[in-house]
Amino acid sequence: MIRLEKRAQPSQFWTLATPFLAVILTMIAGGIMFAALGSDPFEAIRVIFWDPLFSEQFSAYSRPQLLVKAGPLILIAIGLSLGFRAGIWNIGAEGQYIIGAICGAGMGLAFYPTESFIIFPLMIMAGALGGWAWAMIPAVLKTRFGTNEILVSLMLVYVAEAWLASVSSGLLKNPDGMGFPGSRNLQQYPAAANTEVIAGTGMHYGVLTALIAVIFAYVLFSRHMLGFQIRLAGEAPRAARFAGVNPKRIVFLCLGLAGALAGMAGMYEVSGPAGQITIDFNSGYGFTAIIVAFLGRLHPVGILFAGLLMALTYIGGELASLMLGIPAAAIQLFQGMLLFFLLATDVFINFRIRLSTGEVA
Amino acid sequence: MKRRTLLASAAVALAMTGTAFAADEKTKVGFVYVGPIGDGGWTYEHDKGRLAVEAELGDKVETVYQENVPEGADAERVMTQMALSGADLIFTTSFGYMDPTINVAAKFPDVKFEHATGYKQADNVAVYSARFYEGRAVQGHIAGKMTKTNKIGYIASFPIPEVIRGINSAFIHAKKVNPDVEFSIVWAYTWFDPAKEADAAQALIEQGADVILQHTDSTAPQAAAEAAGNVITFGQASDMAEFGPFPRVSSIIDDWAPYYIARTKAVMDGTWSSTNTWDGIGPGMVKIGEISDAVPADVKAEALAMVDALGDGSYHAFTGPINKQDGSAWLAEGETADDGTLAGMSFYVEGITGDIPN
Amino acid sequence: MDLSSINPVLLIASLMVSATPILLAAIGELVVEKSGVLNLGVEGMMITGAICGFAIGVNTGSPVLGFMFAALCGALLSLAFGILTQYLLSNQVATGLGLTLVGLGLSSLIGKPYEGIKSPTLQKMELPILSDIPIFGPMLFSHDPMVYLSVALIAATWAVLKYTRVGLVLRAVGESHDAAHALGYKVVRIRIMAILFGGACAGMAGAYISLVRVPQWTEGMTAGAGWIALAIVVFASWKPWRVMIGAYLFGGVTVLQLNLQAAGAKVPIEVLSMSPYLITILVLVIISARGNHGAPAALGKIFHASR
Repeated sequence: MIRLEKRAQPSQFWTLATPFLAVILTMIAGGIMFAALGSDPFEAIRVIFWDPLFSEQFSAYSRPQLLVKAGPLILIAIGLSLGFRAGIWNIGAEGQYIIGAICGAGMGLAFYPTESFIIFPLMIMAGALGGWAWAMIPAVLKTRFGTNEILVSLMLVYVAEAWLASVSSGLLKNPDGMGFPGSRNLQQYPAAANTEVIAGTGMHYGVLTALIAVIFAYVLFSRHMLGFQIRLAGEAPRAARFAGVNPKRIVFLCLGLAGALAGMAGMYEVSGPAGQITIDFNSGYGFTAIIVAFLGRLHPVGILFAGLLMALTYIGGELASLMLGIPAAAIQLFQGMLLFFLLATDVFINFRIRLSTGEVA
Repeated sequence: MKRRTLLASAAVALAMTGTAFAADEKTKVGFVYVGPIGDGGWTYEHDKGRLAVEAELGDKVETVYQENVPEGADAERVMTQMALSGADLIFTTSFGYMDPTINVAAKFPDVKFEHATGYKQADNVAVYSARFYEGRAVQGHIAGKMTKTNKIGYIASFPIPEVIRGINSAFIHAKKVNPDVEFSIVWAYTWFDPAKEADAAQALIEQGADVILQHTDSTAPQAAAEAAGNVITFGQASDMAEFGPFPRVSSIIDDWAPYYIARTKAVMDGTWSSTNTWDGIGPGMVKIGEISDAVPADVKAEALAMVDALGDGSYHAFTGPINKQDGSAWLAEGETADDGTLAGMSFYVEGITGDIPN
Repeated sequence: MDLSSINPVLLIASLMVSATPILLAAIGELVVEKSGVLNLGVEGMMITGAICGFAIGVNTGSPVLGFMFAALCGALLSLAFGILTQYLLSNQVATGLGLTLVGLGLSSLIGKPYEGIKSPTLQKMELPILSDIPIFGPMLFSHDPMVYLSVALIAATWAVLKYTRVGLVLRAVGESHDAAHALGYKVVRIRIMAILFGGACAGMAGAYISLVRVPQWTEGMTAGAGWIALAIVVFASWKPWRVMIGAYLFGGVTVLQLNLQAAGAKVPIEVLSMSPYLITILVLVIISARGNHGAPAALGKIFHASR
């Protein structure tokens, strides 16, 4: 019978090898699915994983898009990873993202049509503050009343969505929009537009911020006392208390940072790639980022790669659907498979497989 | 600081490659959908239009589509990829695709774009929409005639001109045949959430409504009416015939097929130009689903006469005298509403109670 | 505004129906979480149950068979989660979210042939004698069988958790898997059983939407009900009867806000549409301020029997 034996130390080899193993397994399983659906499996796999990066026809466009898609995922996931490491379950990043977008766009639109270099930085601050404030609600309720943050943060997503619908047909509605819902397009308002730092690379200010956040989180966890305290609070709450860690401070810090980063992600998205506040502005980045955070094993560098991989499957999936007529549902299923294989193969990092000789487990 | 529009420089290079790939003899038509094809409503009907294009033009065309495309950045990427893959004509089928369509169209001057329900045009961007409110007028007439409690429930989605226009049109025509009629409007704040729509229908029925009009896409309100037993409904976006002949007594169907076929042909023979199309019952973009026998014969005849009058243009659904909700005059006797006001309609007509949320 | 047009009897009757899918899914998830496992894939299992139940309901003409098959499919899908998290020790949060993706994708692939078809639905079952009681009869005892079943499941779960050995073992596993393992309980096996139960409940919850509430199949028709179910378990502090209170409270506020709109109440619509979420938060704050948080201690933690 097969059993798992814990390794004394995580295997370095498998830490690097499992993602590749998982991708290969997904290609096999996904290929079988695509074949069953009547598409050429080899072509489908090529279109998903290869074409966005290297095809002559698409890559010049889709490579920068990879960053555009991965940027918000990475930025939000970095913030979430702090909380998850500390055992704080913020699953409402989507709401913080929405509020950040509303506040950021609101700040920018308040100045319309003034041109000033100060507007964009103000918008970033407004976005971060908005997300922070939204995350402070579960933080305050948790520390003050012991209210569970899973429920509060999740419920606040729906509240944020209702508010988004309300402002896009009310407060922030474009006065020149013929009565249609939706704000002015910030892409067309240069002082408030989130543009590319280096033209043609897809690297807008949000992606830049995401990269800075990765470095910041890396330093925090590997070099800084606070990073240690966060980990301790998550892994051994009692020990943390004896070590003088204030659990309330950790809650405020982790939720606050996660909210601020998610809020900034929303603000960068609304002022750049999306352009405007609309009823359906949010498209699930806050939830996908949870997956990204865990796929990256809550490690900043891991999150960076996980975010890029997720973005690749989105863009590659779109191409497969476009070029080969594969239904969107099959792409979704394919993403789910990839996720399952990535999570399943992680077991090799900490365990080795042994064939035991019939003794009772 | 030197700011440039997002992706500007990449776009120029891309626009060239894009045309190179478009040099194919088949005409390639792309469709961008906001929901899944299986939504049984909005996207489902657009996809039927796509299939009609394929059926009509056979192997002279190739169609591609993308489902579930969120509005905003994702839409822009999907459209760009479609253009890069050699599409000659791209239909973008949701209001929220307006700015992305304009952006992408600027990068691909040789690709034609058609944006549904918007108002921004360009040399290679045409807009099209359907006058669903004409269908609402017919519904209002039937509803006003058939209600016994004089209370009509209306499940609305979001407070946008399209929805408000429908409410007004239905109300005016219900009121015309039944001065005692009242509208109860529930804003579900969703296009599609069966459970919530069922609850909304239930709430309206329990408060005495015996006609339910819906501007959301699921069949849940139909089922709630069926369970209640004495409530009539109308199909929305698709026919919902499986709930006929009762409670579903009629429906509004979006039929995009004739338009999609005509526009594809125009691209093929080089006559395509940027137009602003807002078609109703006449050209067949809006269809009234079969009026079932649950409707009394005289009411059915009147409704069909109205369909004909709306169709040949002898009657306009918004014909004065009509006042706004606050009592101020909007249309004088015999005056008809202009398209500009209708397109951006953000007020109720006189007699509707309650406020439009904003 | 005419608030007298809101009939409290009908209001309560319809909130019971409205809350049933959430209630079913939440009671299943409660058992899963009691065993120390956090399965965020409720939405995915619900939508899979919705299409599987619908397909069988249409093909056999029997909604009862549909519900049974939906439970089976929900359980099968949850088994994937169980194998990943219990044998391959994967992270539960991420695996659960992955399960949602898989469920949504799978259901719409299966569902293609079933679009635009109407299914047979459950008839109302007026309980004899009880349904003749004035006021309470039409309010509580004139529903379809699944409404009663959902309440019965709550009662059964409560009784099993509280009074039986099975319940005791389940709770022990959820509080400390290491201690339970040391006592000789098969932690993994018990958790798998709990996960299967949760999947079956979620599957039935989904089928309730596709066979009773709508009744039709459309992609994505559960529209987030699975997430609400997850929140209700937390709201309930992992207590079965409180799951019922939570689900009925949430369903009740939803139904009430729609009723208020229909009656023309002068309250901003966006406030009304936020109200179910806000009131749920508010009530939880009040409950938790009195200090009573029963999260199973081992919730979401990975168990490996190292020797």
